[in-house]
Amino acid sequence: MMNTKRNFELGCALLGVLALGGTAADAAEQITFVSQGGAYQQAQTVAILDPSAKKLGITINQDSIPDAWPAIKTQVGSGKPIWDVVDTPTGNCLRGGEQGLIEKLDFSKIPNGAAMPEAYRSPYSVSYEFYSSVLAFSQKTFPKGAPNSWADFWDVKKFPGRRALRNHPFATLEAALMADGVAPDKLYPLDVDRAFKKLEEIKPHITVWWTSGAQSAQLLNDGEVDMEMAWNGRVSAVAKEGAKVSFTYNQGILQSTSLCILKGAPNLDTAVKFLNEAVDPVHQANLPLQIDYGPGNPKAFETNVIKPERAAQLPSEPANAAKQALMSYAWWSSPAGEAAEKRWASFMQK
Amino acid sequence: MTTSVPDPSERHQRREHALMLALVSPALLVILMLIVLPVGWLAWQSVYHDGFTLENYRRVFTEDIYWRSFALTFEISLAVTLIALLLGYPVAYLANSLPKRWGILVLSLVVLPFWTSVLVRAYAWLALLQRTGVINQFLRYLDVISEPLALVHNTFGTVVATVHILLPFMVLPLYATMQKIPNDLMQAGASLGASPSLTFFRVFLPLSLPGVLAGCTMVFVLCLGFYITPELLGGGRTVMVSMLVSRNVELYNQFGAASAVAVVLLLSVLAIFFVVSRFISLDRVLGQK
Repeated sequence: MMNTKRNFELGCALLGVLALGGTAADAAEQITFVSQGGAYQQAQTVAILDPSAKKLGITINQDSIPDAWPAIKTQVGSGKPIWDVVDTPTGNCLRGGEQGLIEKLDFSKIPNGAAMPEAYRSPYSVSYEFYSSVLAFSQKTFPKGAPNSWADFWDVKKFPGRRALRNHPFATLEAALMADGVAPDKLYPLDVDRAFKKLEEIKPHITVWWTSGAQSAQLLNDGEVDMEMAWNGRVSAVAKEGAKVSFTYNQGILQSTSLCILKGAPNLDTAVKFLNEAVDPVHQANLPLQIDYGPGNPKAFETNVIKPERAAQLPSEPANAAKQALMSYAWWSSPAGEAAEKRWASFMQK
Repeated sequence: MTTSVPDPSERHQRREHALMLALVSPALLVILMLIVLPVGWLAWQSVYHDGFTLENYRRVFTEDIYWRSFALTFEISLAVTLIALLLGYPVAYLANSLPKRWGILVLSLVVLPFWTSVLVRAYAWLALLQRTGVINQFLRYLDVISEPLALVHNTFGTVVATVHILLPFMVLPLYATMQKIPNDLMQAGASLGASPSLTFFRVFLPLSLPGVLAGCTMVFVLCLGFYITPELLGGGRTVMVSMLVSRNVELYNQFGAASAVAVVLLLSVLAIFFVVSRFISLDRVLGQK
């Protein structure tokens, strides 16, 4: 939170500078693009942002914020947003759209987006990249016969060991239902009562409910837990550092961030042009060469940019995607989803 | 003698007051801009969202989780305060009874961790307390335990780390109070035939009580607002009030839901200060006079 706040303040300061620079600059087309910073934004800059800027002949001003939602609300609420395009968890785009904070997209101007399967876009957004909440485990504890499904994770007799889950209902409720025998493609609408009932079962065996990706990586790296739910990129980063850890995509929960445009964005036309360019299959295919995230546009796998060995490691590669559940952000931003989110807190404190 | 002629010293005093006011006004302005106005705005948002509403407060006072978090926060703060007092009093006593130079050395050892960030100290405790941590490995090496102890990712770990962080706030006011207890009193007690322990309990301890109260108030109040330590060491189960504040921003997408929690916490702190001020001048707590 501290960090978030500082980043936000820094972001505001930077924005001020950018805005000043903007008025001083000539009429060259430009947009302000916002993502989540760190290695992830750096990877996009190389794979997607710089090539898009060059191809379109525009300037892309970058900003970053870990959680864009409060800022989207404040900026659009003020009537004069500064940002144009935001890369944010897909749920933010959807509820933003419903609350009039996000522009409705005209897909006739976004051919790359229109060509994507329907599950990968919404009236307000297009998928930008994929990550997955997977079952990760220590290879020290499980040299062979590692847990391979959420039912295994719930089976404390057959798979003894310490466990961690994320302190958040997203993906956790899905995992609980899969542990209870629901098929990955039959999850939605979630049976919330059944999911919480199943979670009560595993609750006494959970050592840590983690809150940040860094924390989940530390738990696995230090051997503090033997298995946990974690984001695939975090697990592979720990494995690259030499820790004996691994994960399975089986029953992973495929999640995405999407691109969307703020209502009343200062450079709307350029923003639409950029949005189309950013999900171009070739740019998209370059992203996983920089970082362990899958392209948002599945056509990227048909470009031959991603080598088959590399593709096999990615969450949204078609064969991997087939083993997983695709998170329904439409459900999570529905009233039932919001109620489940609120119920989480009382579940944790009981 | 009448004093119709203005007293020059009084005029001088008035000029001095004006000067003082001018000197502190930048600080006052900063406090107004950066504390009073934002806190006021926060409080306003908690009751105003598309019209006047008490919904945010209704939630805080009727939903179980808030009550549980407030209770847990007060329990943890109480435990931290008592442990800090038990650990801090002997340290302050030692620093006070040593020659000045050595006393200052002891105090600087207490204050030293101040210069390390709270975040770093939380991770240091993690390295010490976790399953594969230093303490568990050492105890297993000694064969004292066969299974690692659950020292962290729970309330215990949170309390340990919080005591460590807040200890200076206990020791410093205690030391300041003890410094002002004249040594003659103890000698007088001894000369009247009292044993050292009797003089301690009948003379020194009662005189050091204002320091005890000051230290306890500081530690207790600071602990009420702790965020990073329980977040990192509580394992997700130790949900203190400050964590509810941040959770509510995410959950309800409006600051009012969070600021209502913050306002209730702020009012509890003010209530504590009010009660304490009945017993001891607040200057002592805040200014360590």
